[in-house]
Amino acid sequence: MSDTIVPLTTKKDWVSDQEVRWCPGCGDYGIMHAVQALMPELGIATENTVFISGIGCSSRFPYYMNTYGMHSIHGRAPAVATGVAVARPDLDVWVVTGDGDALSIGGNHLIHALRRNVNLTILLFNNRIYGLTKGQYSPTSETGKVTKSTPFGSIDHPFNPLSVALGAEASFVARTHDLDRKHMMSVFRAAHAHKGASFVEIFQNCNVFNDAAFDAVTGKQAREEMMIDLVHGQPIRFGADGHKGVVMGTDGQLRIVEVAEVGEAALLVHDAQRHDPGLAFALARLSHDDHSPTPFGIFRDVPRGDYGTMVGDQVLQASAKKGPGDLRALLRSGGTWMVGD
Amino acid sequence: MTDTHSFTEEERQAGEPEQISHVVVRFAGDSGDGMQLTGDRFTSVSALFGNDLSTFPDYPAEIRAPAGTVNGVSSFQVHISDHDITTPGDAPNVLVAMNPAALKADLHRLEQNGLLIVNSDAFEGRDLEKAGYDHNPLHDDFLAAYRVVEVPMTSLTQLATEPLGVKPRDAERSKNFFALGLVSWLYSRPIEPTIEWIGSRFKDLVKESNLAALKAGFNYGETSELFDHPYQVKPAKLPAGEYTNITGNVALAWGLIAAGQLAKLPIFLGSYPITPASDILHELSKHKHFGVRTVQAEDEIAAAGMALGAAFAGHLGITTTSGPGVALKSETTSLAISLELPFVLVDIQRGGPSTGLPTKTEAADLNIAMYGRHGEAPLPIVAAYSPAQCFDAAIEACRIALKYRTPVILLSDGFLANGSEPWLLPDVATLPDISTPFQTEPNHVAADGTAEYWPYLRDPETLARPWAIPGTPGLQHRVGGIEKQDGTGNIDYSPANHSKMVHLRQAKIDGIANDIPLATITGDADADVCLLGWGSTWAAIDAAVQRTRRAGTKVAWIHITHVNPLPPNLGELLKSFKTVLVPELNMGQLCRIVRANYLVDAKPVTKVQGLPFTSAELEKAIQEAIMQGAGS
Ligand SMILES: Cc1ncc(C[n+]2csc(CCOP(=O)(O)OP(=O)(O)O)c2C)c(N)n1
Ligand code: SF4
Ligand SMILES: [Mg+2]
Repeated sequence: MSDTIVPLTTKKDWVSDQEVRWCPGCGDYGIMHAVQALMPELGIATENTVFISGIGCSSRFPYYMNTYGMHSIHGRAPAVATGVAVARPDLDVWVVTGDGDALSIGGNHLIHALRRNVNLTILLFNNRIYGLTKGQYSPTSETGKVTKSTPFGSIDHPFNPLSVALGAEASFVARTHDLDRKHMMSVFRAAHAHKGASFVEIFQNCNVFNDAAFDAVTGKQAREEMMIDLVHGQPIRFGADGHKGVVMGTDGQLRIVEVAEVGEAALLVHDAQRHDPGLAFALARLSHDDHSPTPFGIFRDVPRGDYGTMVGDQVLQASAKKGPGDLRALLRSGGTWMVGD
Repeated sequence: MTDTHSFTEEERQAGEPEQISHVVVRFAGDSGDGMQLTGDRFTSVSALFGNDLSTFPDYPAEIRAPAGTVNGVSSFQVHISDHDITTPGDAPNVLVAMNPAALKADLHRLEQNGLLIVNSDAFEGRDLEKAGYDHNPLHDDFLAAYRVVEVPMTSLTQLATEPLGVKPRDAERSKNFFALGLVSWLYSRPIEPTIEWIGSRFKDLVKESNLAALKAGFNYGETSELFDHPYQVKPAKLPAGEYTNITGNVALAWGLIAAGQLAKLPIFLGSYPITPASDILHELSKHKHFGVRTVQAEDEIAAAGMALGAAFAGHLGITTTSGPGVALKSETTSLAISLELPFVLVDIQRGGPSTGLPTKTEAADLNIAMYGRHGEAPLPIVAAYSPAQCFDAAIEACRIALKYRTPVILLSDGFLANGSEPWLLPDVATLPDISTPFQTEPNHVAADGTAEYWPYLRDPETLARPWAIPGTPGLQHRVGGIEKQDGTGNIDYSPANHSKMVHLRQAKIDGIANDIPLATITGDADADVCLLGWGSTWAAIDAAVQRTRRAGTKVAWIHITHVNPLPPNLGELLKSFKTVLVPELNMGQLCRIVRANYLVDAKPVTKVQGLPFTSAELEKAIQEAIMQGAGS
């Protein structure tokens, strides 16, 4: 079905007739518009595209896309999407999930979809809160967070979603945020182009239960000094006129430095294609809180065989070797005997 | 051993085998002794010989339970016969005990005056102790009630393999072939097929050692004069045709493959290993050239989710498991009910709750199959009743799932899964066409005249919704677990709509009753007592009913393969009997359903020992019911 001539689509073709029901001001709107704006550029057909989600505010996403879609169960979207992608490698399969959905109840499925490198584009809407259930802390909520379920402050150590993905050796790992449509589109474009599992963390504002969670990094005032834009092959620099940069110390630690003090040549050159995920992991751990400079962009993008294709290849190889399945022969494969009339 | 009367003194002198109608042999030893393999070989050869047969592998949950202990005993019981049989036999006529623990574990099963063949080498110090004997049972009259034949199998195997250069310790590992050779001689089984099999399965010194042991055992039977003559069970007069010997799990896996072919759909299996279901995953994984895709998922939830995703994408989505996995798949199965997509969940039941008895049989998952989901979540349940019939049951489960766009639970159990019987191969050409078309065109016209696709616009007869798969232009749609409006499929939480959808989902499942075979009565329709069975109790009920009727007592039997919905005439049939007995390997789960559905005073006959019913147990239950009925 992928060979058919794809009609040119416009953004409108990707918008379903369903009324969007997120709270006014929710960051999910920005992400949805970025996705819908990107889709026509990808040269794919709406009918060959599938959005699978779990449960949460973010997981309502498929209802708003004029594609095939399934709003499945809490945490299980990567598993359901694996079934779709393995059964039908010809399809473009996207997963939309939340921080609770992907990293709490569905953590197991997420890491295994990444490990298998299923051809999925996974968009994790990280608002550091449980939105749909009205404001409990999530596995990405910072320690000390006061929510309905943590009136004395959360004592849980949070997950860094990128560390989790890199720990699972995901072949594509990136981060973007809901306030920058252009950045989102460029990251989603690269994620889609990557064959295998692509994992994108999107900082998403829940203005009702966790408002301004990322303001200290992505807020208009803060951006310049707090957002580190990773560009493959370029020295990692940020801040006004790129006065700051990232170096690796002799102890192997990444540090933020003044470029003027160390010289440009000392800066770490970003290499998203490094086979070893160690450096990407170190970059993902560069910021430990919401008040320190945080890298965005593509951390890792390495080629690796995608699972659905490999499963399909085994089917093809078996058929080539044994010929198409013959039921009559199968029933006789264990040895038979005749009972005469 | 019965039916010896036709044997003359001359024949005995001539060393001719004595003809017997059937025999039940039980091989018992340590888990490391290869008893499953021994039993399996004996079975295969008997099958090739043309006997009817039924097997019952019985092994511990531990891969390597402490050697020599009762917990580590692994047994294989096989019933071979010259006539139609269904059970692996109540009490073995022959017990082969490779060590004291095996004797301890299985002696109580052996019939009175039964033949007990023991590996006498193993009845010493530590081995006796580990088995919990404070005496040597071979040295006193402990075994007086049996015909004991002591064979020093370990040392005889060592002697036979020594010329090959096999170390005594290694020779130990061939002693099961010695036992097999001996029993093969005793029951006049040819050893050539096993020689061939050993040749293909083992290499080098191990192969030579096993061959030497097998032949030594066979020759020992002939020359030792321990037995005055061999026996023979003639081929059974089964219906004419081509047969294979098959276990329930393999038959079930082949049934799923057949279903894919008959539905013209690729198969997708999502599964997570669990005893006793894993063999279906193994078997399906072998047959990729049938277009079978298998994924060993990270857990049962994922396995079910993957199968459901594949179903959404247009494959025949299947997931296989046992009780603990069924619990984990519950939420996904509910979603499948809400999505109204075809989906088959295979449950190979074992003893529960929790880990329970992983390697032992039980049929106590009927409740979870019926009720183990949240909300009003009905689904069809198909139950297999014999190893070979697992093939048909699998096709039937897939047929219903596809036609009605619904998850179906297919119940089998450990007894069927590992047990085997001869199977008269069906003519592939006569298997039913279970294909069901995908939706390819819009099915509704909007008010403004545009053609559109309504994912929940139902077939008025089956109430099934259309199945439009990704890749189909113009039919893009979203499905989800949130309550939806009938027809459009749009989210709809309104009270009237929810009520309508709950009723529709129920009506769809209830309606399947008109698309399944009516219940039929086996035996005496005018009897006072009727047995109602489902699942693997079939074998024991069949034997018990036959014996009861041969003894001149009337009894009726209804066996159902569709547990939900039940055959539409079942209530009426049951009401025509004074007494209804429901034998089940649980605490009376079907019994409660029929009592509730039909207000029939059905009585449970239960067994929860991790073992199938014996036919004697059921015969007794029938007798008691008849006596009670007569007294009232
Ligand atoms: C099995 C199950 N447990 C709990 C819930 C309730 N629930 C729905 S969404 C959610 C958390 C959502 O948080 P997140 O994934 O971060 O999504 P968000 O709403 O923030 O986008 C929970 C706990 C559920 N639907 N299913
Ligand atoms: S609760 Fe938060 S995440 Fe959910 S829709 Fe409202 S603003 Fe968005
Ligand atoms: Mg959230």
